[in-house]
Amino acid sequence: MGSAGRFLTRTRGRGRLHWTDWLTYGYLVLGIFLMFGPVIWLVFSSFKTDAELDRFPPRFLPYAQQTVSLDGYDKPLPLFRVTGGDLEGEVVAQVRRIGLTAQVVRPDAPGEVIKIARGERVPVERVRLATENYRDLFERFDFMRYFWNSTFITLVATAITLLVNSMAAFALSKYQFRGRAVVMALVIGVLMVPQSVVLVPLFMVTREFGMLDSLWGVIIPGAATPTGVFLLRQYMLTIPDEILDAARMDKASEWKIFWRIILPLSAPAIAVLAILSIMWRWNDFLWPLIALSRSENYTLQLALNSFQGEMHTQWSSLLAMTVLTLLPVALVFAFLQKYIATGIASTGGK
Amino acid sequence: MLLRLISPLMNLIDLPMQFLQRRFGITRLAWVFLLPNLLLFGTFAFLPILLNFAYAFTGTDKILLMERSFVGTENFVQLLDCDNYLDPNTCVRDLFWRSVHNTAWFIVLQVGFMVGLSLLTALVLNRKIRARGFFRAVFFFPVLLSPVVVALIWKWVLQRNGILNAGLEAVGLESVVWMLDRHWAFFWSVFLSVWAHMGFYTLILLAGLQAIPRDVYEAAVMDAANPWRTFRRITLPLLMPTMLVVLVLALIKGVQTFDEVYAFSGGGPGSATTLIIQYIYETGFAGAPRLFGPAAAASLLLALLLVVLTGVQLWITRRSSNG
Amino acid sequence: MTLKQGIFGMAAGLLVAGSAAMAQEIRFMCYSDGNECEAAGEIIDRFEAENEGVTVVIDKVPYKAILENLPVQLAAGTGPDMAKVTDLGGLSQYYLDLAPHVDTAYWEESFGPILNWYRSGPEDSGVYGLHSQLTITGPYINTTLFEQAGVEVPGEDATWDDWAEAARAVAEATETPFAMAIDRSGHRIAGPAISYGAQLFAEDGTPILVDEGFQTFAQKFVDWNADGTMARDVWGATGGTTYQDAAQEFINGELVFYYSGSWNVQRMDSSIGDAFDWAVVSSPCGPAACSGMPGGAGIVGFKDTEHPEIVAKLIDFLAQKDNYAELAGKSLNIPAHGVVITEGMTYESASPAAGAALNAYASQLPKVSPIAFAYQGYKLNRAMFNISATRITQAIVGELTVEEAMERAKEDLAQALDEAGE
Repeated sequence: MGSAGRFLTRTRGRGRLHWTDWLTYGYLVLGIFLMFGPVIWLVFSSFKTDAELDRFPPRFLPYAQQTVSLDGYDKPLPLFRVTGGDLEGEVVAQVRRIGLTAQVVRPDAPGEVIKIARGERVPVERVRLATENYRDLFERFDFMRYFWNSTFITLVATAITLLVNSMAAFALSKYQFRGRAVVMALVIGVLMVPQSVVLVPLFMVTREFGMLDSLWGVIIPGAATPTGVFLLRQYMLTIPDEILDAARMDKASEWKIFWRIILPLSAPAIAVLAILSIMWRWNDFLWPLIALSRSENYTLQLALNSFQGEMHTQWSSLLAMTVLTLLPVALVFAFLQKYIATGIASTGGK
Repeated sequence: MLLRLISPLMNLIDLPMQFLQRRFGITRLAWVFLLPNLLLFGTFAFLPILLNFAYAFTGTDKILLMERSFVGTENFVQLLDCDNYLDPNTCVRDLFWRSVHNTAWFIVLQVGFMVGLSLLTALVLNRKIRARGFFRAVFFFPVLLSPVVVALIWKWVLQRNGILNAGLEAVGLESVVWMLDRHWAFFWSVFLSVWAHMGFYTLILLAGLQAIPRDVYEAAVMDAANPWRTFRRITLPLLMPTMLVVLVLALIKGVQTFDEVYAFSGGGPGSATTLIIQYIYETGFAGAPRLFGPAAAASLLLALLLVVLTGVQLWITRRSSNG
Repeated sequence: MTLKQGIFGMAAGLLVAGSAAMAQEIRFMCYSDGNECEAAGEIIDRFEAENEGVTVVIDKVPYKAILENLPVQLAAGTGPDMAKVTDLGGLSQYYLDLAPHVDTAYWEESFGPILNWYRSGPEDSGVYGLHSQLTITGPYINTTLFEQAGVEVPGEDATWDDWAEAARAVAEATETPFAMAIDRSGHRIAGPAISYGAQLFAEDGTPILVDEGFQTFAQKFVDWNADGTMARDVWGATGGTTYQDAAQEFINGELVFYYSGSWNVQRMDSSIGDAFDWAVVSSPCGPAACSGMPGGAGIVGFKDTEHPEIVAKLIDFLAQKDNYAELAGKSLNIPAHGVVITEGMTYESASPAAGAALNAYASQLPKVSPIAFAYQGYKLNRAMFNISATRITQAIVGELTVEEAMERAKEDLAQALDEAGE
């Protein structure tokens, strides 16, 4: 497995942790706190109601006020703990509040209404998960349809990206031909103009091809990523040319060399590009937003962002949707990250 | 399993490829490998960029290119019209120059932290540690979040009544209204964008580290070299091709930073964190009327700047790896 | 193997779905701040039942799509049949004129001057849009804080200065962090600016934005931000054209006086709950007026539609008195329909406090200055809103003086008008 790692981590003092190990684990703990903490908080927040999300200061866990159903009252009454006056320390149910006074009853004597000052009570709260945030999503729109559209776009686009990018990277790293530098400059040059700027011209081009409002209109335009070509090409440069020469001696065709030798040896970079491509496509928002207009073609990201209005965003639904859309990519990452550690080193290349 | 599925397909492609190989010879076969990528590239990347180029020389608020009128270099002239480039207030397009200044400072800080921290993280994650898959996920997770969500999380932390201030007060320090102070707002914008994208570069470097043959290290262990020396003499040089990817991408994407900072600070306070892409976006897309011409012109100036910066970067790395 | 079959099967399915568009399918692009699309959907269901063979599909999108992508799609001829829009005048060249298909007398009588907001200019007499979501700006106050401080709530004719003084007194007495706040948006400060005498347009109708009245209010607003009367966090902590509200501060009882608008009633109602009492009061006065600013969104049809009669019929259906009242009632909006206004609205789904607040907003309509009405109907008003927000914020944070900011605002406007060919 990890080659540089194996060397660097060799615990120095046989069994005891070396100072570099302490540093490593210290860094990782800090990483959990800083990088993962906010994500966990996000997950908890997705179980909060909109009112709770509006609260200052934000709390870690989702709370809701406890209520009690009493005889003689139609609706459940909210519970308060009294902090001053005659009833101090007792838990009471509030019937109504008028201005500065609150009318409350003891839960065991619902008939007797007592007046207390509104400042002398605090709500009784307990942790409650607002699972309705999630339930609403499935009721509100065709979740499975959007899920399928996103999945289809992501898988097909990633497959195309991996194939065309790795072919191009192979050509740019393993052949000496005239125009190579120009093509390379072109690839990096395309990176220079940000995507958000060329959206409108891209929209016009895609319209000419009649691909608007279809899933292919989302898949094809972004398939040849310059980042992918650049990344794979740089990685393939590190593969020794002797391997190719040996294969050519054995009369292997160029295509076979590409896909039997170069691709397996580039597994870590391919895995990285696969992860990145899946993530880009799954999370892509700006382009699908303009290219797709029928809701039966929508992706999860479009549905997610439809909670953003002009003046107001429904954060509770948006956060629940965010967590749901995160899950699949998180699983894909967990699966693919293993392949990052299977490179030249472990296949014993050279 | 997946491989078994693809395998016959790949063998199928082999036949026409062999034919082409016989026909053109090995070297020219490179173009065949490049062709699919270049076709897609030309149509969906290069053509729009050329159209964008055309927009930069036209005026009016019309969206369709043929309805717009040719204005020559006027859009560029106005953007570049300054008495003193160091003082945005003397420029015709003051907000553009404020965004240029901010972006310059932004990349100096952001690219440095980004590359440094992702390299450190990649090295740490590449060590033999427990639960390595989990820790990789930990550092990669923020990359998966959408910009609005990233901004929302850090607003919770940094607002007047946020977690950070609660923490500061708990340890007896005074709370700070971070977003009212232009320097703090700038710092947190850099922080936020490093936080959100670091995992991306870490992942690329992690793959790059796999390309370093193990026997090189074993030789180093024999020589009992200390870890720092091994890193300087072996890891870094062998990692150079990947480092180049990271450096170039970090610079380009750093200059193009927009979404998460915009959702976080709106470019404020005032224009303290307004970056170039925000200027382009507000001029050409979110504004009304949509000034596509000036926006396209600004994006070309930005691309030009990037070409120069990347050129310098490539030149330096080439020189240092040769020397 | 199954995966491959799945992909091919799906691809084939998509092709079929794509080509077999139904004979009379209407696409309605809708965004919402709450439940407007769902509320409209229920009425549209009835329309579908009455009109056999017609299907209306509501494509719910983020607001961003309406603002940024819809104009591009319309220009390219790939837009929907109808949409809910906010840039009312800006898109008028694409609107379908409903006049040939509907009873124009009914529309004129019911919606009157609001129809102008959708027209391309004074000569245009077409009927284009149904103003489904009328909003008006105005202040919310935290009455509990006023009671605790023992400060009397200023009356109907109170000026901005009166309110500032009262709010400061309340904040001081109750140790509340902020006295006043105004949403960060050029639309929100238009009402106060007009009250201070801003004309916004020259006598011949060309927009000027900055004049003495506008500058007076800008100066006052900047001063209030500097001396802490206004919550600096709202305008001073952000930039560009970003919209920023102070609803969270108000909901958490940290703000005495919050100048926002009728669209926030629902949120106030649900999020404040029992925490304190709040009310909507009339817009404060300046030397020239006591005006708020109207606004909102409307449903329009587009010229390019293949079924103009059905689109017109559907919008007309939504505009009928009972349907309109139902739509406004369910989505908690104040009505723009004359008869519905005079008959009075009942908001069944809202709490008494929210209902009262909405009616308080509705009662402000007659006080709205004609300038505010004209401003809302002007097709390049978004440019003016954006410029105001950007430049005044720069003055607040000290990047520019108020005079410099006003100069820049004039130049920005000149550029915008120039490019738009005005």
